[in-house]
Amino acid sequence: MIAYIIRRLMYVLPILVGVNILTFALFFVVNTPDDMAHMQLGMKHVTEEAVDNWKAERGYDRPLFYNGEQAGLTTLTDTIFFDNSVRLFVFDFGQSDDGRDIGHDISERMWPSLALAIPTLIIGLLVNLTFAMLMAFFRGSYVDLSGVILCVVLMSISGLFYIIGGQWLVSKILHLVPISGYQPGLDAWKFLILPVIIGVIGGIGSGARWYRTIFLEEIARDYVRTARAKGLGEQMVLFRHVLRNALVPILTGVVVVIPLLFMGSLVMESFFGIPGLGSYTIDAIHKQDFAIVRSMVFLGSVLYIVGLILTDISYTLVDPRIRLN
Amino acid sequence: MALLANNRAFILFSGLLLVAVIVAISVPVKWVVLWTDALIFALITVILGSGWLVRNKPYLLAPWRRVLKRRLASAALVVLLSYVLIGLLDSVHFREALPPQVGSSEVHYSPHTLSVLDKLLTPIRIQEEKSYSAPFAIHLFSKESTQREDGTTVREYPRLQYGGAHLEDIQQRQTDITHTLLMASSYSLLAWLLLSALIIWIMAQRYSLSYRQQVERLVRGEMELPWRTLLLTLLAVMLFAFVAMMLGVKYHVFGTDKVGQDVLYQTLKSIRTGLVIGTLTTLIMLPFAVVLGVAAGYFRGWIDDTIQYIYTTLNSIPGVLLIAAAVLIMQAYIAGNPELFETMEERADARLFFLCLILGITSWTGLCRLLRGEALKLRELDYVQAAHAFGVPQHKILSSHIFPNVLHIVLITLVLDFSGLVLAEAVLSYVGIGVDPTMHSWGNMINGARLEMAREPMVWWSLMAAFIFMFILVLAANLFADAVRDAFDPRAQH
Repeated sequence: MIAYIIRRLMYVLPILVGVNILTFALFFVVNTPDDMAHMQLGMKHVTEEAVDNWKAERGYDRPLFYNGEQAGLTTLTDTIFFDNSVRLFVFDFGQSDDGRDIGHDISERMWPSLALAIPTLIIGLLVNLTFAMLMAFFRGSYVDLSGVILCVVLMSISGLFYIIGGQWLVSKILHLVPISGYQPGLDAWKFLILPVIIGVIGGIGSGARWYRTIFLEEIARDYVRTARAKGLGEQMVLFRHVLRNALVPILTGVVVVIPLLFMGSLVMESFFGIPGLGSYTIDAIHKQDFAIVRSMVFLGSVLYIVGLILTDISYTLVDPRIRLN
Repeated sequence: MALLANNRAFILFSGLLLVAVIVAISVPVKWVVLWTDALIFALITVILGSGWLVRNKPYLLAPWRRVLKRRLASAALVVLLSYVLIGLLDSVHFREALPPQVGSSEVHYSPHTLSVLDKLLTPIRIQEEKSYSAPFAIHLFSKESTQREDGTTVREYPRLQYGGAHLEDIQQRQTDITHTLLMASSYSLLAWLLLSALIIWIMAQRYSLSYRQQVERLVRGEMELPWRTLLLTLLAVMLFAFVAMMLGVKYHVFGTDKVGQDVLYQTLKSIRTGLVIGTLTTLIMLPFAVVLGVAAGYFRGWIDDTIQYIYTTLNSIPGVLLIAAAVLIMQAYIAGNPELFETMEERADARLFFLCLILGITSWTGLCRLLRGEALKLRELDYVQAAHAFGVPQHKILSSHIFPNVLHIVLITLVLDFSGLVLAEAVLSYVGIGVDPTMHSWGNMINGARLEMAREPMVWWSLMAAFIFMFILVLAANLFADAVRDAFDPRAQH
């Protein structure tokens, strides 16, 4: 197992290098530091001097890959590429355009993101499973049919509608919870409860329908027929056999997204004013702060790859037939 | 007979084309083909062309028949086609000639690009009020100071310039609306009856039945395809169109927005944006996904490794962030090169095209992986092995054995992705990395209206209109996509 994980980590290194080079190319080669300076300082009426100053402050006036003015190893280290991309590998994110330490910001802002994302994931999973089980139990009947139709309808409604509608109904008309905002500590629940509910409702459509398909596939298997032939009741078949086997694809599907929960939800967090990583990213996009966007891209890809490895491991844990090699 | 029928269709088609060309030349406008227009027409040509190719191949038509036999799917198709019609009308662009200046024979064209849809909706398009007004309102939404004739100033809700301006007495509004509603319904019913009569007549001819028999068959639902559902959906669509148009010229059916533009007009204009994003995105990425996916699965070895590396790398970057990065960069490019775009519409269109491209780059990996898996499976099948043994060249095997057998996956992906992309547009525009802010789109409408949430009473009509139109499109697309998946996916056939 440990050997496998180490080998897997060796394998993901080239991918991270690829991500790094790609984002570097996007942010520094296609879009030169001159463009960035102009975007920050304004398109016209900017003196050459101001642009140079802006670049010098951030160290963007150095060469991209090779610094001929230095000697020895510093020819490679005193460059934009080394400072802005290679350092990401040790999670040294550098400073944002307004001079804050990005690494510190991230470690502070990931908690509100997790406080929102983890309950949404767990409650959503339970609700979807229950709903899908219900449809699978009554498969082929009108309950099933109307459940599927409800899923398609829920899927067809824009997520923005759930958010705006929920805020309007619960906060503005019923005055149950504040419209937006956040408070650290235990008081956070009244700010989080609405976004969590909305997140769960918004995910029911596609989630429950997908789980239903998985359940129905499992129900068609031979072992279910065997279980029925043994004389087991429908509930026993569904809960003891179908559910446990269907959980293999469902859980592994969930494991992939767990690391990405750190990244937060862009739309939810900015609508509800939750100071997590999602709203951090959106603010950076609006401010056109490339340093933050680049760090988040790198962080996101690291977490995605972690998710892939965790998926592989979880397969072996829940399904002993699968061996890693 | 078939040849004759083909000839007749050919003559009809070329006749229509000739008429279109003559009209296009004789009208004093400058035709403009935007990037996305060109792609849309290419797409339509491909669809018509492939329809032409499969017309006599029952085994290729069979899945489509299965799709249409589902009542929900065929109703969804009618709705989708009406959206597509509006989108197409909105994709023929031109610039009107300005009135000639004195002493100059040179013709100048308006700096604004219009579409045929704009021209058709002229009364709704130009009836701009000062600011917000509620649906069917005859007064502005907020009070303004107006000066009376006797010199006194009062704070009141001023009358709208266009909405309900024909009413002398505001008490008549209710009766006027009811009256127009009835008129519109009867017109649409009449038009629908005529159209249905024509369709039934054609069917009666085809099945050599009497007109009465054919009507009975249809009403009882004994046709092979659910024509009853099709015609009833058509009635609903026509009813909506007539009511919206006839009320739309008198009132603002969905109200007006901040700058007084009619919301109905905006939401109709947004249809094209939604359709373009939903279709062109998948279309642009299709060649990459197909070529790379099939190559990876078929050749295996280092080709497979390389392609897998490329898509894992792209996949591991969070999609929204990649889109954000690319859109920020494009904004800088467009702002830096204003001379490339003659009109505002062309600039907005370039951004839309680029957005489709970026969305395509972030979303092709899913299809690529599916195709790789399928090609891996296909290459081991007997008939492919046999082709190998007979010395059939690789490109021949790929083009005639592998490629046609993965097409169903391509088609299913195309229709399944559509609704997700339409919804994604709204979210991206909200994040600020979507279409150009000057372009009509549901995302921009929602984003603009969101800021007015805090108003008391709330300005809800822009949101409502955008959500309703988006919901109907996405629901229809989802229902249709489900039917297509069930009909084409060999796994789903029980």
